[in-house]
Amino acid sequence: MDDLLLNQFLLLGAVLFCLGVYGVLARRNAVLVLMSIELILNAVNINLIAFGALHGSVAGAVFALFVIAIAAAEVGVGLAIVLLIYRNRRSVDLDDMAEMKG
Amino acid sequence: MFFLEHAYLIPLIPTASFFLILFFGKRMPKKGAEIGIAALAICFAMALATNVQWRDHVNKAEHRAEEQYQLTHTEAGAEAGAEEHIEFDVEPIHESWTWWSSGNVEFSAGMLLDGPGVMMLFVVTLISLLVHVYSTDYVGGDRRYTHYFAFLSLFSASMLGLVMSESTLQLLTCWELVGLCSFALIGHWWEEKPNSDAALKAFITNRVGDVGLICGVIILFFGAGQTFDILTINQMAVSGDISHLVLLVASCSLMAAVMSKSGQFILHTWLPDAMAGPTPVSALIHAATMVVAGIYLVARLYGVFFEGFSIGTSSVNPLAVIGAVTVIGGAGLAFVQNDIKKVLAYSTVSQLGYMAMALGVGAWTAALFHLFTHAMFKAGLFLGSGSVAHSVHSFDMKEDMGGMRKFMPKTFVTFTICTLALIGIVPLAGFWSKDEILAGAEQLGGPGGYKAFLVVGLIGAFMTAAYMTRCWYLTFWGEPRGHAADEEHPPHESGPSIVVPLYILSGMSMLAGFANLPNTRFLSWVPDGIAVRFEHYYEPKGEYFPAVLGSFSHPDFNIGIALVSTVIGALGIALAAGWYFKDLGPHGITRRSKAARIGHQVLVQKYYLDWLYTDVIVAAVKGPIARGAYWFNQKALDGVVDGAATTAVRTGRFVYDKIDQSIVDTLVDGSGAAAEGSGQGLRRIQTGRVQQYAALLFAATAVLAGVFIIVI
Amino acid sequence: MVAQSLFFYAIAAVIVFSAFRVVTTNNVVHAALYLVAVLASVAAQYVLLAAEFVAATQVLVYIGAIVVLFLFGIMLTRSRVGADQGLTHKHWISGAATAVALFAVMAYALVDEFGWSRTPMPADPRIRAVNGSNTATVSDSIFSTYLVPFEAVSVLLLAALVGAIVLARKD
Repeated sequence: MDDLLLNQFLLLGAVLFCLGVYGVLARRNAVLVLMSIELILNAVNINLIAFGALHGSVAGAVFALFVIAIAAAEVGVGLAIVLLIYRNRRSVDLDDMAEMKG
Repeated sequence: MFFLEHAYLIPLIPTASFFLILFFGKRMPKKGAEIGIAALAICFAMALATNVQWRDHVNKAEHRAEEQYQLTHTEAGAEAGAEEHIEFDVEPIHESWTWWSSGNVEFSAGMLLDGPGVMMLFVVTLISLLVHVYSTDYVGGDRRYTHYFAFLSLFSASMLGLVMSESTLQLLTCWELVGLCSFALIGHWWEEKPNSDAALKAFITNRVGDVGLICGVIILFFGAGQTFDILTINQMAVSGDISHLVLLVASCSLMAAVMSKSGQFILHTWLPDAMAGPTPVSALIHAATMVVAGIYLVARLYGVFFEGFSIGTSSVNPLAVIGAVTVIGGAGLAFVQNDIKKVLAYSTVSQLGYMAMALGVGAWTAALFHLFTHAMFKAGLFLGSGSVAHSVHSFDMKEDMGGMRKFMPKTFVTFTICTLALIGIVPLAGFWSKDEILAGAEQLGGPGGYKAFLVVGLIGAFMTAAYMTRCWYLTFWGEPRGHAADEEHPPHESGPSIVVPLYILSGMSMLAGFANLPNTRFLSWVPDGIAVRFEHYYEPKGEYFPAVLGSFSHPDFNIGIALVSTVIGALGIALAAGWYFKDLGPHGITRRSKAARIGHQVLVQKYYLDWLYTDVIVAAVKGPIARGAYWFNQKALDGVVDGAATTAVRTGRFVYDKIDQSIVDTLVDGSGAAAEGSGQGLRRIQTGRVQQYAALLFAATAVLAGVFIIVI
Repeated sequence: MVAQSLFFYAIAAVIVFSAFRVVTTNNVVHAALYLVAVLASVAAQYVLLAAEFVAATQVLVYIGAIVVLFLFGIMLTRSRVGADQGLTHKHWISGAATAVALFAVMAYALVDEFGWSRTPMPADPRIRAVNGSNTATVSDSIFSTYLVPFEAVSVLLLAALVGAIVLARKD
């Protein structure tokens, strides 16, 4: 327990990632699905920063910044879509959106 | 010795004429008759020459033997030797050509000529020639005139071949050939069913006997050490090289053939029916020549019969018994016939019985001499009856004849002479020959002898006289009836072609008896050179004839028997004449007495033998066989066919139901259902819910990653 | 560095717990607030890894903008305020199974590759500090080495902006 181990961060990231995956798969509300996606992105960021710190390189941080920026864009667009869906269907329950059922 | 050595030409000439008539007869001016007559004339001339040369042959052998005797007995006393009859052997003319050989058995054909053969040559060619001439008038204008003459030639060739056979196989072949010709000639007018029926009856009845002949030939073949040679068989039989049992069995077997061909009881039934053929055919085949083939067979193989039946030392044997039965049976049936030819047919049966009986008691020469004389007078009788029938166009004595002596005097005279010869009135031919038979029955044989057969012979003589007188009366005496009474076309005497043969035959009937005059004290005035000529020349002398045996003897002339038989014959004539000429006796007895009616019925139904053969034996055999064949056809054959069809149908149905419907269709439907089911199952994945798709995606990723990272 | 480990585990616990509550809570607003907790804790982790600028950005952008967006979204989609029973599928088991499987694979891979004691973090993360601060280093990197991606992200942000407006406007 002296040193920080890389694995700690990576495993943390893995846990966060899997929780996010669970959230994506199990949540009915579209907004909550988007939130879970944020969790996933954060897990990725943790990985990036951890590897950057391991190698003493700033590339990890840079990448993490870009990811943050993209996550923001994605949430904006995603929520716009959810709003559109809400306007059309009066509901954001994903269970009701099964037009692809075959 | 030309004719003796080349006697085999004699059967070949009619064979050639048979083929010539078949091929060229229709184009000849006389439709082939001239070929036949010419051929038979040549044959008769050759037969005469053969007989003359045979006589020389025998004389030479006798002289040689006398010289030998003189040489060896000069010291002993030549005088005593001169009185004795010196035994000498006469060598038969024997030519043999190998037909084919298989293994170590030779099948040969050829010529064996000795006494009986030479005599038969004379008889057959003479009667055949006379019949040929007779036929030119009798069957003139017939629809199958040419074929008739062709078959006459073939028959003559076959009969001549038979009498000259040197092997039992050749004899068998010629036997069958004469049977074939008999069939063809009996059924000459086969358009009428009774004629073809009679021909078939003759052939098939003869077939029954032929089985015996074939078996006998085979038995003798093996018994004599695998040879068919008649000379060898006889020699071995006489010298005792063949066991008695084999000879007995062979004799019994050959008896069947004799019974069928020579009309002995019980296979005689075909002979009267054979009268359906033209009268010349009846005269030639069924009186003079073919029916004596059986008698000739016995005479030829006499060594076998003599030893097999122990003829010399016993007092009864099958041959004599059957002959005796035939004598009485045939004579009895002759009394109730209205057809003149049927009377003569039964008379032939009866006389053949005499010949068989003679052979049975051991009087060989008597039998052959009777054969010789019988041929002459019986042929004369038949041709005479044909002459009468030709002018009244019917054979029925009671219906269409009567008083014919006024219309046909020549026929009347010849018929009378032949009748007297048949009855056995001295000095006609029948007397001498029948008498020798009776003497043989009296003298020959073992303990007690064959005296019973003497009685039979005398009774037969009586009956012969009676029925022949009846026939003679009904035909030539009394008032004309039916066609004979036709005012418009009264019957007239026949032409020369018919009458001349009648003359010749009646002349022979008168003279033939003198061929075998016995040498007794009553006739001692007859010089030695003429007496017993027949026996002297025609009886075989050699190791192959049982005359060398001690048990064989020649009957002596017995004046007592001669007188008795003459008296009995006269008695028969007298009684029958009284019945018919003077209406004496119990006329109409069959109406009054039931016994007489029954007896008459039995005779009319020919002792019910025909009924026995046709309705009992044949029906019993063919009924079950026919029913069995029908059952087999319906149940077995049809069953198989139907069964095959049913099986096929059932198989088809089974295949359809079980295999096609159940299995194949199940497979096909099943695959369809499986596809549909799996489709339905897989359809559940397409829920339309994105999160589920995402779940699947992630799960797959996890699995793949796991595989790649952990496993690999 | 006992203190670092300690802090790490403490912050990690907060992260895990909050993330867990995000995905399991029945209240939408609570989920958003738990998300805030996660994001803040992650920022703390960044500080622990000597990435102060990223931490600051995280707080500003994520918590300051994105979560606000989420709250607006919640409001505009009339999500039920208060406990809402229908927020999780009835088939959440399959999702859980998938997540667990995924975690198992990842954990195995990580442990297998990096081990427990084989890859320690450097004692002093600031190895190549140019101007003594993380911000400076990062900005140097962005505007020199990663300039093109930077410009690209700018354009992307623009596109997203325009797109969101287009999508969400009422017409």
